[in-house]
Amino acid sequence: MSSAPLLQVRGVARRYAMRRGLLGRSIDVRAVDGVSLTVEHGRTLGLVGESGSGKSTTGRLALGLEPPDDGDVMFKGAPIPPAGTLAWRQLRARMQMIYQDPLGALDRRLSILEQVREPYDVHGLGEAGERDAMATALLQAVGLRADQGSRYPHELSGGQRQRAVIARALATKPDLLVCDEPVSALDVSIQAQVVNLLVDLQQELGLGLLFISHDLKVIRQVSHRVAVMYLGRIVEEGDADLLLASPAHPYTEALVSASPVPGRRARPRIVLQGDPPNPAARPSGCAFHPRCHAARERCKVESPRLLPLPDGRLTACHVAHDQANFLKAAS
Amino acid sequence: MTGLTSRETSPLVAIRDLAVSFDGVKVLHGIDLAIHRGEAVGLVGESGCGKSVTWLAALGLLPKKATISGSVMLDGGELIGAAPATLDSVRGGRIAMIFQDPASALNPVIKLGRQVGEALALHGGLSGKAIRAEAKRLFDLVGIPDAARRLDAFPHELSGGQNQRVMIAMALAGKPDILVADEPTTALDATIQAQILELLTRIRRETNMALVLISHDLGVISETCDRVCVMYAGRIIETAASEALFAQPLHPYTQGLLAALPPLEGVRRRLVPVEGNVPEPWNLPPGCSFAPRCPRRVEACAMRVPLLAPKTADRRAACIMTPSLAQPQHRPEPVYA
Repeated sequence: MSSAPLLQVRGVARRYAMRRGLLGRSIDVRAVDGVSLTVEHGRTLGLVGESGSGKSTTGRLALGLEPPDDGDVMFKGAPIPPAGTLAWRQLRARMQMIYQDPLGALDRRLSILEQVREPYDVHGLGEAGERDAMATALLQAVGLRADQGSRYPHELSGGQRQRAVIARALATKPDLLVCDEPVSALDVSIQAQVVNLLVDLQQELGLGLLFISHDLKVIRQVSHRVAVMYLGRIVEEGDADLLLASPAHPYTEALVSASPVPGRRARPRIVLQGDPPNPAARPSGCAFHPRCHAARERCKVESPRLLPLPDGRLTACHVAHDQANFLKAAS
Repeated sequence: MTGLTSRETSPLVAIRDLAVSFDGVKVLHGIDLAIHRGEAVGLVGESGCGKSVTWLAALGLLPKKATISGSVMLDGGELIGAAPATLDSVRGGRIAMIFQDPASALNPVIKLGRQVGEALALHGGLSGKAIRAEAKRLFDLVGIPDAARRLDAFPHELSGGQNQRVMIAMALAGKPDILVADEPTTALDATIQAQILELLTRIRRETNMALVLISHDLGVISETCDRVCVMYAGRIIETAASEALFAQPLHPYTQGLLAALPPLEGVRRRLVPVEGNVPEPWNLPPGCSFAPRCPRRVEACAMRVPLLAPKTADRRAACIMTPSLAQPQHRPEPVYA
């Protein structure tokens, strides 16, 4: 194993052209705006944010499914080849993706076993005669019964389908799984089964996970590190427990406090005013300042950079850094 | 606690033994539920447990193929089998309902003001300029910024959270006694969800309207409701005051749901999933529907369906393995060597 990180996303940006109205001028919408993140071998990076924050686009950029307009993506220290090339297709066996909706990811006309077997056929893995047995072993590894391989997607429950999707993703023995809201469509009791399965598989197979979700509770459960996105940028990144127990960025703080927990809550809920802004009309300075309780004059004009705080995490917030500097000067 | 005092007065809505079948398959197996003025009741459960069907049946909103039995009394009047005209005045007038996806509940080609105005003309008996003034008042009430201008906007011009506010404004047009909110924040972002839940709670306090919140999210229910009913496979299996239920769940299913939920604070531990799957309504196990997944099951669980029986003074659970704590136990705990 090389010493280079499994996945390194370096300053990637993705812009889409958007036209307002029939004759409107086309404007650039920066869906992802200079995002850097690292997934280590066998570790999980949780990527959290609200709809439109660019977290799914970041996942697609990480896999090379979309070319970045700026920046680059390195897999095991080497740049990812352009999508569609033979080298990229070979590399894609090493990195797989799991989506929210397993029914949409599966082919309704093929049995589960045929679909889990398909990657072996596509990538020419194993002897043709052994592939059914290999696929059945995979099904059992994700907690499905061998006889469920002959079922069709609609004959399985949501949780079982997601297990089938995970089995298929594991067929090529990938090093990296990008999971985009993998348990959001599942009921609570089933969600726990799939979360445990992903954690177990990671420990057994040494998978690196990029785990994208809007659900902070699930993110905390699976992640070693967490990155919080707001309007196409990472606003805070660091150790999962540290970040969620004592958020430094006011947006992370609001997200944590808005996450509903059963039973008595330990701290009061912060209710943010206003909607997440439109990426096409990005506020000046810090994009979060119109909704931020701590915003100052400086936040309206100067965009904060993602810089380390003394405890090691990265935060893009003038106020948090001013406080840290003040404490350092005082001690 | 408001729940106990209000229970002495007669309930606003009393649901008795409400059952629903689709094509001969029973999906709701006799629900008993009383809603009192001004209280917030949560119905929580996983998909297919019947939490939405209960209210769709009560309001006559189910398709014709549904067979409904039992009784839903609103202020002494029966709703099940009531004349369409009666139901028309109840729906939106006495009991309003909002749903998960505001974008599909609103008409995309009609201005928001007119859509709210329609509800006002129908249930408020208003006309002309009074409609617009009242619509603006409602928009202000639900916190839509720049309300006067938003009356002339179309649904696509507003965000999901703002559209849900419009839906709430429309639901309030008939000054309902009960608002049934079916997964009102499930399609919304976390920070917007917090706004809408706060809005629903504020309106309930200000207008003394009862709120029935239907959700799969235990956290959402816990933070919004006084009283909670947990549903499983078409039955209420536990009901209690919200605080008591989440502090000490009695039914093994409720315990399982809470154990399956990752915590946001404290030590990370491996999740304890509820093993197996929710049974299909046409393939229910004999006796307690939860028994095949239950860690505490005994043979007797498969014999007959457990009653929703009192376990303490103000809480009930449908489980024969949950001891009744109605009488305080004075026996000292046995000491083991």
